[in-house]
Amino acid sequence: MENPIVTPSELKTEEFVVNIGPQHPATHGVLRVEATLDGEIIKDVLPHLGYIHRGIEKMTESLGYKQSIFLTSRMDYLSAHINNHLCALAIEKAAQIEVPARAKAIRIIMDELQRLTSHELWWGSCAMDIGAVTPFFLAFRDRERILELFEQNTGNRLTMSYIIPGGVMNDIRPDFVPKLKELIKSIKDYRKEYDQLITGNFIFQHRTQGIGILSKEQAISLGCTGPTARASGLSCDIRKLYPYDGYEKLDFKEVIDYGCDNWARYVVRMEEMNQSIHIIEQLLDNMPTGEYRTKLKGVLKLPAGEYYQRVESARGELGVYIVSDGGAKPYRMKFRTPCYSNLGAVKPISVGMKIADLMANMATIDLVIPDMDR
Amino acid sequence: MKALYNYLKEVAFAFVSLANGLLLTLKYFVTPWKSIITENYPDNRNNPSVADEFAGEVILIHDENNEHKCTACTLCQLACPNNSIQIISKQVETEDGKKKKVLDKWVYHLEMCTFCKQCIDACPQDAIKMTNSYELSCFDRSTLTKILNQPGSKLKEKPKVTAKVQE
Repeated sequence: MENPIVTPSELKTEEFVVNIGPQHPATHGVLRVEATLDGEIIKDVLPHLGYIHRGIEKMTESLGYKQSIFLTSRMDYLSAHINNHLCALAIEKAAQIEVPARAKAIRIIMDELQRLTSHELWWGSCAMDIGAVTPFFLAFRDRERILELFEQNTGNRLTMSYIIPGGVMNDIRPDFVPKLKELIKSIKDYRKEYDQLITGNFIFQHRTQGIGILSKEQAISLGCTGPTARASGLSCDIRKLYPYDGYEKLDFKEVIDYGCDNWARYVVRMEEMNQSIHIIEQLLDNMPTGEYRTKLKGVLKLPAGEYYQRVESARGELGVYIVSDGGAKPYRMKFRTPCYSNLGAVKPISVGMKIADLMANMATIDLVIPDMDR
Repeated sequence: MKALYNYLKEVAFAFVSLANGLLLTLKYFVTPWKSIITENYPDNRNNPSVADEFAGEVILIHDENNEHKCTACTLCQLACPNNSIQIISKQVETEDGKKKKVLDKWVYHLEMCTFCKQCIDACPQDAIKMTNSYELSCFDRSTLTKILNQPGSKLKEKPKVTAKVQE
């Protein structure tokens, strides 16, 4: 038989499909990304969801309003306080419950501390995805100290169920404020270390600058929110646009960058950490005294109707839509989670880039998988 | 010439930035005690650093006379999102011939509990509380279903309010 000889001009390349996940360390959870490659260039990205779907929205229909709070901290476990805050706010708005001033202050402090822990963890894991290992340990060291404070005051470290309709579950300890002041001081020192280690790093800058461009128009049409959209120059901070629980009285900046790339998303999150510290400092000096919660009836009933509430989570706009038929259980509870919308940005910013940039893109968007699937 | 200058500048910046980061690593290498936050967990069992408020296993509070405060009102059972509490009550006849509901078994399914503190919050008598125990794993799941009221325990009598004598 004649041996076919292939000349170089007849060589063809084929597209190649790589499955990343569902058990891949860089996806930070059970997300499967089907990447179509031409050599090293990404042609298409198709994320597959559903590996951690727990049916939280359906489960709330069989639970009371008070009970469904604990489920929400399982959605975005890195910003559990903010998830609880959202549910509590929606129920308070519907049932017209007044919240004491002290409870509001505690809620905001916890929210901002949670944002700090979330961004610190993101900083560590983002740097690890790009190739640095040391930041991960530094990030966990700093996060641990905040979690310790949560454990002492709320009873739990990760899924707190602390912010409830009517206020907070229990009062903060008397040594909370001095301890937090001390902690804030050390967090400020650590922030400088972050800059020394990663922000000024030549390799990190080259891996992020000009990579993963998400234009403002794309961000709007995909429904991106949070730091991902603010890095594209879109003003979408719910704390500024629709203030809740006294954010309107506080002085803080909405961090916006016009870089649109991975570096801009990094810069926005790093600056947001400074803003969170600034918000906490304002509240610590004049903590209101008095009641920490309004006592509610055992079984909470909302008047029939539809209610919507949104808060600014660590990843973007988090919303809940409650339909009540007047009973003790919600007729429907729909969550609008930020990660699900932000996931849509992975494809447009990755197509045309190299496969190694896909990890960097997914890292800077800051995906939390249980938040998408619910 | 300009391109070469820029290239060399970039290379110099790269080395400086990497050295700057390594300086921090070196600082923690020579002074490790500045950043240690971990604990020697299995070794410090006798003196664990767990907060008093840590929400662990639920217990029914008993005093020295083996008396508890649970009136079997089942409010905690209703408040629990996971059905991890089962209150079994029984009818007993008191001395003056009245029928009264008392607690028979306070069944706690630890395997279903998510430590959300809703039961503690719902209890009107403050009869239950959360301990800060955390080593709860075991080999047999049937041992996780616990009966919290001790054998022979009974309801704590409330001090009787003497009627005011009208003058």
